[in-house]
Amino acid sequence: MRPSAVRLLNILVPVKRAVDFAVKIRVNPEQTGIDLNVKHSMNPFDEIAVEEAVRLRERLKDAVKSIKVVTIGPPKAVETLRTALAMGADSAIHVEIPEGTPSPEPLAVAKTLRELVVRQKEGVDLIIMGKQAIDDDAGQTGQMLAGLMDWAQATFASRVDVDPSTKAANVTREIDGGLEQLKCQLPMVITTDLRLNGKYASLPNIMKAKKKAIEKITPADLGVDLTPRLQTLKVTEPPKRVGGGKVANVDELLVKLKEAGITAKRA
Amino acid sequence: MLRVAVLARSFARSYATAASPHALVFLEHNKGQLDSGSLSALTAASQLGGRVSGLIVGAPEELPTVLEQAKKVTGLDTVLHSASSQYTTLLPEVVTPLFVKLLSTQSPFTHVVSAHSSSAKSILPRVAAKLDLPAVSDITSVQHDSSSNSTTFTRPIYAGNAISTVRASDSIPIKFFTVRSTAFSAAAVGDAEAETESIDAVHVSNPPTEHVSTSLTKSDRPDLGVASRVVSGGRALKNAETFKATLFPLADALGAAVGASRAAVDAGYADNSLQVGQTGKIVAPELYMAIGISGAIQHLAGMKDSKLIVAVNKDPDAPIFQVADVGLVADLYEAVPEMVEKLK
Repeated sequence: MRPSAVRLLNILVPVKRAVDFAVKIRVNPEQTGIDLNVKHSMNPFDEIAVEEAVRLRERLKDAVKSIKVVTIGPPKAVETLRTALAMGADSAIHVEIPEGTPSPEPLAVAKTLRELVVRQKEGVDLIIMGKQAIDDDAGQTGQMLAGLMDWAQATFASRVDVDPSTKAANVTREIDGGLEQLKCQLPMVITTDLRLNGKYASLPNIMKAKKKAIEKITPADLGVDLTPRLQTLKVTEPPKRVGGGKVANVDELLVKLKEAGITAKRA
Repeated sequence: MLRVAVLARSFARSYATAASPHALVFLEHNKGQLDSGSLSALTAASQLGGRVSGLIVGAPEELPTVLEQAKKVTGLDTVLHSASSQYTTLLPEVVTPLFVKLLSTQSPFTHVVSAHSSSAKSILPRVAAKLDLPAVSDITSVQHDSSSNSTTFTRPIYAGNAISTVRASDSIPIKFFTVRSTAFSAAAVGDAEAETESIDAVHVSNPPTEHVSTSLTKSDRPDLGVASRVVSGGRALKNAETFKATLFPLADALGAAVGASRAAVDAGYADNSLQVGQTGKIVAPELYMAIGISGAIQHLAGMKDSKLIVAVNKDPDAPIFQVADVGLVADLYEAVPEMVEKLK
């Protein structure tokens, strides 16, 4: 445990602006990526992370000193920060990158977050973030950040209980085939699974959020290089699957199964 | 500074050796059995065209059994093994230093490979970051070019609605990747006789994380991730009792695993571990039966590589019918029992 155990909790929540989950995406004709001229929203897992931070404060009251959200993204990503502020975060940091720059890779994001964490005068005790972004589906940033910081990590969390007095967290994780419980010492990184909280953002207090502070900073200020290290050669459409049409009744369905070599299990 | 050093090292490497790949495959195990996902990862590693070593980490009492099995797996040249009571459950904070030791200066390894399992997904990115290396998640194909020491992968992005082809060039001295197990067949456990080599565990004093408990969902049915047949239910199943009463007899008649849509899981009809989709399990069985599932993008992401997709839904416009090979527009409460009866 760190010596300053009486200190109140400062929570950092990294969020990402991503193509809205309901959008049917299209690969661009140049095969360099997808058509990004579509509706964007906060990555759903990050929304859960913000919500969890706010709920932690509801439960722990004054033990949570601050909830700060951060994003790395183009100018428009500020909207995502406003959404998080409207959900109940106190302040925000926008690491701004020019429109059209490639999305930084998880390792670069983790390094940027590390630089931000070490610059927080009051320190950071808990980082809550999504388990994956629904655009690149990489699912690496939280683990990489925990590694860079040498902090405890609890990925795919479906339940989080923090005890501010002992600076420890009990986390239930979704693992293949079931659940696992961990006890972690703060500071730590938690990544959120869908089951962490089911509540959708309460009616956002947008006017209030507009008055909250957003600090702007550039990657150069932080001394980080966001140039991708992996080359994306191309982005293509997945092979199209064409439905085989409908059958009229169960008998016809079973005939089709039989044709495909599928029969009842022999006992 | 660091980057210069890394670059210099990789250039030196490409001149010195013909950059013959040597993969380290993280072999996971459970109750003395190698995970089939790890065996698929091994198949992917073999496609790099070089040496393949396996790494088994575990508690001293469980390791010998798994090691015996691992030695026999086709495609492994060497099995490295490390035992410690600290490795009884694989906490990333505890096992990362072992990986870092194996992969630091003078490491013979060019690739680190694992299944895209919940455990490896937690460990590998942490290790990669420690070594200042990127990682590639959930790959569906891999190709290594020894002359340029670059590896090209394909991987699904946007819930499988686009396929990205990415190259890890010579500037990345160790290429980390996790493997989508449904895209590679599992390596066979045959009569091979790989060499074994014991690696000293790296003791971590005062780890910041402690394992408290694990609860696995018990089932007599096949495991969802590897089952050749899957019967899945959605929101239309109404509640947990109806879900069970309707789908389990059909699953049993077919010898199938049971899956669920996110809606069914969120509503509490089925256990979380049964969720099929972008954020749940990715399956590609011979037969996937979607019962009362509309077919949202996120669900399709988890099952559209199935060989035969059968959908039963009373809504003729449900998107699931666009991908189903066999669709039946019907009330599932009539159709499913009739199917069970006629399958007997």
